Amino acid sequence: MEVKIKLNGKTVVDDIPADMLLIDFVRAHGCKSVKRGCETSACGLCTVMLDDVPVLSCSTLVARADGRSVCTLEGLQAEASEFVGFIADQGAEQCGFCNPGFVMNTIALLRENPDPTDDEILAYLSGNLCRCSGYVGQLRGIRAFLDEKHGKEVERG
Amino acid sequence: MDKPEYRSVGKSVRKKDSLQLLLGKPVYTEDIAPDALVVKLLRSPHANAMVKTIDTSKAKKVPGVVDVYTWEDVPNQRFSNAGQTYPETSPYDRLIIDRHVRFVGDVVAIVAAENEKAAQTALSRIKVEYDVLEPVLDFRTAKDNPVLVHPEDNWHMLCDLGGDNTRNLVGTTSDAGGDIEAVLADCDVVLERTYHTKAYNQAMMETFRTFTQLDRYGRLHVISSTQIVYHVRRILSHALGIPKSRIRVEKPRIGGGFGAKQTAVCEVYPAFVTMKTGRPALCVFSRKESQTCGSPRHEMEVKVRLGANNDGRIRALGVTTLSNSGAYGEHGWATVGLTGHKSIPLYTGSLEAFKFDANVVYTNMQPSGAYRGFGATQGQFAVESAVNELAAKLGRDPVELREQNMVREGMAMPAYFGEMANACALDRCMQHCSDMFGWKDKFPVRDMGNGKVRAAGVAMSMQGSGISGIDVGSVTVKLNDDGGYMLLIAAADMGTGCDTILAQMVAEHMECPVDAVSVFGADTDASPYDSGSYASSTTYVTGMAVEKACTQLKERLCAIAAEELGCDAAELRFEGGCVRHEATGRTVSLSEIAAKSQCNCRLAPEATAQHSSPVSPPPYMVGMVEIELDRETGVVEVLDYAAVVDCGIPINPALARIQVEGGIVQGIGHTLMEDVTRTPKGAIRESSLFTYRLPTRLDTGRINVEFEHSYEPTGPFGAKSIGEIVINTPGPALAQAIYRATGVWHRELPILPEHILLAKPKE
Amino acid sequence: MMWLKMGNHSLGTAIDLCGLGLDAIEETDEEFRIGAMVTLRQMETHAGLDAYSRGAIKAAFQDIVGVQFRNGATVGGSLWRRMGFSDIVTAFLAMDSYVELHEGGIVPLERFVNMPYDKDILVRLIVKKRPGAFAYQAVRKQRTDLPTLNCMAAKLGGEYRVTVGARPGRAVLLRDDQGILADGITEESVAAFAEHAAGSIRVSGNMWGSAEYRRALAPVLVRRALLALGEVR
Repeated sequence: MEVKIKLNGKTVVDDIPADMLLIDFVRAHGCKSVKRGCETSACGLCTVMLDDVPVLSCSTLVARADGRSVCTLEGLQAEASEFVGFIADQGAEQCGFCNPGFVMNTIALLRENPDPTDDEILAYLSGNLCRCSGYVGQLRGIRAFLDEKHGKEVERG
Repeated sequence: MDKPEYRSVGKSVRKKDSLQLLLGKPVYTEDIAPDALVVKLLRSPHANAMVKTIDTSKAKKVPGVVDVYTWEDVPNQRFSNAGQTYPETSPYDRLIIDRHVRFVGDVVAIVAAENEKAAQTALSRIKVEYDVLEPVLDFRTAKDNPVLVHPEDNWHMLCDLGGDNTRNLVGTTSDAGGDIEAVLADCDVVLERTYHTKAYNQAMMETFRTFTQLDRYGRLHVISSTQIVYHVRRILSHALGIPKSRIRVEKPRIGGGFGAKQTAVCEVYPAFVTMKTGRPALCVFSRKESQTCGSPRHEMEVKVRLGANNDGRIRALGVTTLSNSGAYGEHGWATVGLTGHKSIPLYTGSLEAFKFDANVVYTNMQPSGAYRGFGATQGQFAVESAVNELAAKLGRDPVELREQNMVREGMAMPAYFGEMANACALDRCMQHCSDMFGWKDKFPVRDMGNGKVRAAGVAMSMQGSGISGIDVGSVTVKLNDDGGYMLLIAAADMGTGCDTILAQMVAEHMECPVDAVSVFGADTDASPYDSGSYASSTTYVTGMAVEKACTQLKERLCAIAAEELGCDAAELRFEGGCVRHEATGRTVSLSEIAAKSQCNCRLAPEATAQHSSPVSPPPYMVGMVEIELDRETGVVEVLDYAAVVDCGIPINPALARIQVEGGIVQGIGHTLMEDVTRTPKGAIRESSLFTYRLPTRLDTGRINVEFEHSYEPTGPFGAKSIGEIVINTPGPALAQAIYRATGVWHRELPILPEHILLAKPKE
Repeated sequence: MMWLKMGNHSLGTAIDLCGLGLDAIEETDEEFRIGAMVTLRQMETHAGLDAYSRGAIKAAFQDIVGVQFRNGATVGGSLWRRMGFSDIVTAFLAMDSYVELHEGGIVPLERFVNMPYDKDILVRLIVKKRPGAFAYQAVRKQRTDLPTLNCMAAKLGGEYRVTVGARPGRAVLLRDDQGILADGITEESVAAFAEHAAGSIRVSGNMWGSAEYRRALAPVLVRRALLALGEVR
């Protein structure tokens, strides 16, 4: 079947098998940041934005995305760059394999809730597994970013 | 102790690959593999069976299928998948495909196809008739069982380590000091306890995967997610029967390893396909394959005999371990040794006698391998739990009891090959951790109402730093044209940050910014030989190779500068950015030296050095945990985890801290939620991340990590290791906290809410 | 879709219902009309549902895997499968809920839960806004795991309703037929009802817990949920 999808701002028209999963589609179109960590909708590594809503691309049919916009980390480099350095300062990226999904969902969190509490951060990101970092370094990184951002806003008055 | 002022070492430098990783760049095996044949494996549904007949004709007719291989197509030459220094301590017990399948998931056929769908279809079209045999599914009855896991004639070991395939034995080991029976007979209290831990899965986020192709010289080029490029080269050479010189193995970024990728779990299958077809091939394990056909921790049963006096002196420790290696013997003998050698020495303080015996057995279960902690985790769960039980029995505070008995700096450790504790801040770790955690306030059990109680537990730990007398680390350091440096390594950064840590060391030695050091690794065609990244070796062993290489490189740069200046190299001094002629004050910049080296020069501006250590200095650690336990549901919530680690001098404190935090969370997972159970036929039930529950960020509690420095004289800048020790304390500490809250000692992990609620207090 | 992809069967034709405009929650003075394609996340963050359920919907949904999963999983998919462990079924079964079936019309959720699978299409979930109080309880061995047992208590008008799910069989709805709670929520009445409830539901064992464990948990969760109702009041 033919689908027309706005992938990272560019319109892509493709003839796809009806049972194709979104993760395989975006990877086939060069968005290699999107990772598969499980086959059971359990890890969050494959998170992409479907019409700006974070979803599991391993659990979404390409057909469902027809006529809609899909965004991967390739398309959100600038927005991600605002805060990922704070994660790097903690060394909490570690192996990095879970990073794209984690970064995408953090973007979604910060769009929805620009000044989350620690508990809100943990709850929103609970579907993003990480086996290396133990998570607390990622929280410190996000907290450091928010503190600096909001500190600056306070200074500006 | 006076701490020298360092410019790069001891600094929390960002990982060199951090932004590439965080911004999702294509840096992993599957991202960079070009179009390739899809390699899929048909796996046995039986735990023990012979392939009677196998018909691949229908599978081969599926459009897009290139070929299907069975046991008839592979060499009958046994090899081991273990990533260990040659000659390996693991038995040569594998074929690429064996007619005799030995666990649920063992490989029956390899399918190579143009695409995923064709490969999947082909798998379903292969017709196999099995002669189903009785399996060995209880490791306690495996030894001398009439059912043999490896009855074949060509099973062999390169070293005599007690392995005997006619007895289902992978290996045996023992050690002793003093007369344990006599000392036990003289003790006021003797505890005999048996502990059991399971085959936990590393569950790294990137499953096993390998890409292979023939390069432009017709050599086999392997790009694999591995911790051991050189060992993989050897393993493929043995398995495929081709010379090592015809194989090149490199690793890109790795999506986690934790020891899983210290075994060549999947490399051989695409390599075989590429050798057969001449075409590029890619094999990516599904999560289910990773969970059920990987290389998890060895399941072990550890018996502890602990003798003490009423005054708290721990006088005798006996450890007897039975390890379940599963269907193949990778790392079996090596792993089990740590259950005794890394647990008993913690109590060197007043120990008069010790004894350690171990057997490693074959069963028809998933083969085990290396997992962070590598036997120390299992042994310490047992010994640390037994010491906590002793404290309860004697009515002693477990912190004070440990302070009375622990190993201290300057002691020789008879149960650790007689090694000296040259750098040991375990006592300070205990004190520091107690203060930071608030042990005195948190150890007493507190009733919070509504069925909930708070309680605490403690454990301590040691590990090693590399394998003494075996591991080899090598590096090449080269001067670049622009005055920066290139560091070539075969140690494997699997996210841990060793590329950056070793670069920090180069920067410190060469007196340059860390950014001026580029790192390349790991590639058997370009990197000097290194055992690889495992056994907590890279910082300590390869770090010393960096020190040696830098010393040599400085001399070499002075020699090149001496040619330029027309003087003797001995008159010159290396000063970081330049080389200075002491007498005249004349200097030659590094870029001038680099330019000189490229024109009419017989000296290469580079140095390669290799290191191996006769000792393996232990890092030490104390962990304390506070839980809230719901007595009506059995649910445990981790509130606070405090840890203080002595890893010598942390080269990169931020990365060291993350290691500790990550290890603790894995340990919490193994203790409270990750389980491995089997069906009566021997299949693993927890075959996905849906059923094998990893901790999420809601399950960890607050984690506070700090360091106590010691200075290890044989390590780079006083450093010891940190990668593995960090996983060891949660098991015993949590088990103690649960005992405090419920009155029941749980001696098997994991301790699930159900076990807690349904257990009845005994003593 | 979440469950479909974990299975291994072939479908000849699948029709996506996403174009039918069933992705909205309509709230009137009398009821919520929740289209089959509404996601769990939409329900969890819906102010009206949150106010009406007094936070119980959010409590029931927040530990289901993760935000991204809940952005994909729909109420239609969750209810249609009638999975035993479903937090969605357990939560709405305690409310005055109905499903609208394309062929079968409007059916009380209590009846729908026990209907055999057929070829009908679930159009929407309807929740009557009968004034009430609600409280949700579950036990999980890890925070985002499937529940080992879950429970929702409700007081709808004067009627107490308690659902217990993840038995692991389909959720059951218990009413206070014997008037144990007739004099209101007290420690004693709740404990008595919890024992009665635990005795009247069937539990069994699976990977998430043994029958024995569930038997021990049932009165605890029922008691705690009912007590939480009392607090709400």
